[in-house]
Amino acid sequence: MLSVAVEKSLGEFTLDIAFDAGHGVTALFGPSGSGKTSTINMIAGLMRPDRGQIALAGETLFDATARIDEPAWRRRVGIVFQEGRLFPHLSVRHNLDYGRWMSRQAFDQSEWDHAIALLDIGHLLDRRPGKLSGGERQRVAVGRALLMRPRLLALDEPLASLDAARKADILPYLERLRDDARVPIIYVSHDASEVRRLATRVVMVEAGRVVATGGVALLDARPTAVHA
Amino acid sequence: MFDLTPQDWTAIALSLRIALVATALALPFGIAIALLLARKDFWGKPLVDAIIYLPLVLPPVVTGYLLLITFGRRAPVGEFLADHFGIVLAFRWTGAVLSCGVMSFPLMVRAIRLSIEAIDRRLEDAAATLGANRFWGFVTITLPLALPGIIAGAMLAFARALGEFGATITFVSNIPGETQTISAAIYTLTQIPDGDAAALKLVIVAIAISVAALVASEYLARRATARLHGV
Repeated sequence: MLSVAVEKSLGEFTLDIAFDAGHGVTALFGPSGSGKTSTINMIAGLMRPDRGQIALAGETLFDATARIDEPAWRRRVGIVFQEGRLFPHLSVRHNLDYGRWMSRQAFDQSEWDHAIALLDIGHLLDRRPGKLSGGERQRVAVGRALLMRPRLLALDEPLASLDAARKADILPYLERLRDDARVPIIYVSHDASEVRRLATRVVMVEAGRVVATGGVALLDARPTAVHA
Repeated sequence: MFDLTPQDWTAIALSLRIALVATALALPFGIAIALLLARKDFWGKPLVDAIIYLPLVLPPVVTGYLLLITFGRRAPVGEFLADHFGIVLAFRWTGAVLSCGVMSFPLMVRAIRLSIEAIDRRLEDAAATLGANRFWGFVTITLPLALPGIIAGAMLAFARALGEFGATITFVSNIPGETQTISAAIYTLTQIPDGDAAALKLVIVAIAISVAALVASEYLARRATARLHGV
């Protein structure tokens, strides 16, 4: 369970976002530049809010008044970035194992096998990220975030850098991930069709504010937000 | 015809030793300073920047003289080091290490700094979300990605240290077997009648070592780059 209520001055506008996310997929939906990625960065500890609180799984990650600000590396928020951000000097295998290695947890073969089968990346393990296609790269990025044993998975426009055919290839993997994962998932997107397919709840964001929260039916009620 | 005298060999061995030790000792500082300059904004940064690059633009004899009046046997820092740690730099090969290190430091810092600045910092953010604290993020991501620049910087500094003359001769003089490097030996030979042939041999040695260092640097940097990208 994640609960977010943060404010942050971002130059052009002030971000003022509050929402909760439980099990299943919560979509942060809105046009580009509406502050979705900044919200994810604040949840993960990569950006510091001016005011507010963030709590995850009963633990306060950030509280401006109580001066609590857990560093990113202790938050265990797994992010799939838009551009993948795989480490170019490490093989796919070492990219996937990086989170477990850094948090000094024991290796779990069945967990590893399960993630690799789920994302169908077993044949890529010895390659470098530079030798992967865009779709393969994003599947590995999902695997890397999953295998760090996160308390929350945040997918930040994971399909935005892919063409339509590749998107169609990856969506089934993301559906499997959704049905498989035991942690809350936040799915950031400006694409209504992706959100419709994956999300259970929708938090609609415009210009740094939450304008509506509800089920996927929200997407039909407020078509204005789809213009990006 | 190409027979080197024992004095020549002494000068060559001394040059290599001084350059190697200077580079090895400067490298950790070079990486730290490069990281600081590439990543942090702090009060007085332009000044730090200027001081580090100063040996590049100052006349070497000025740098050497400044070292002498700072680290000389009776100079404040030199006296302190000698009394408390038994480290004497003036007119010793260790002093040549210091002057060579100082003179080559800007080149080293510059190469490493450029390579650090070229790293996508978002990769370090990604490492942080995966549980890497600052230290481990640096060791596992920043350092390996900067490796080609670190190799290039070290090699450049080594070549520069090998050729150092002005600051070194000012600070530690030209003592055969102690501070007489290849450059100083060549200089000495040009000052005596009929020294030309002997000087020329050392000139050829100096060219050979410098070219070898450059080729090695190019090769190592290429290999490191290739390894990074998995070719």
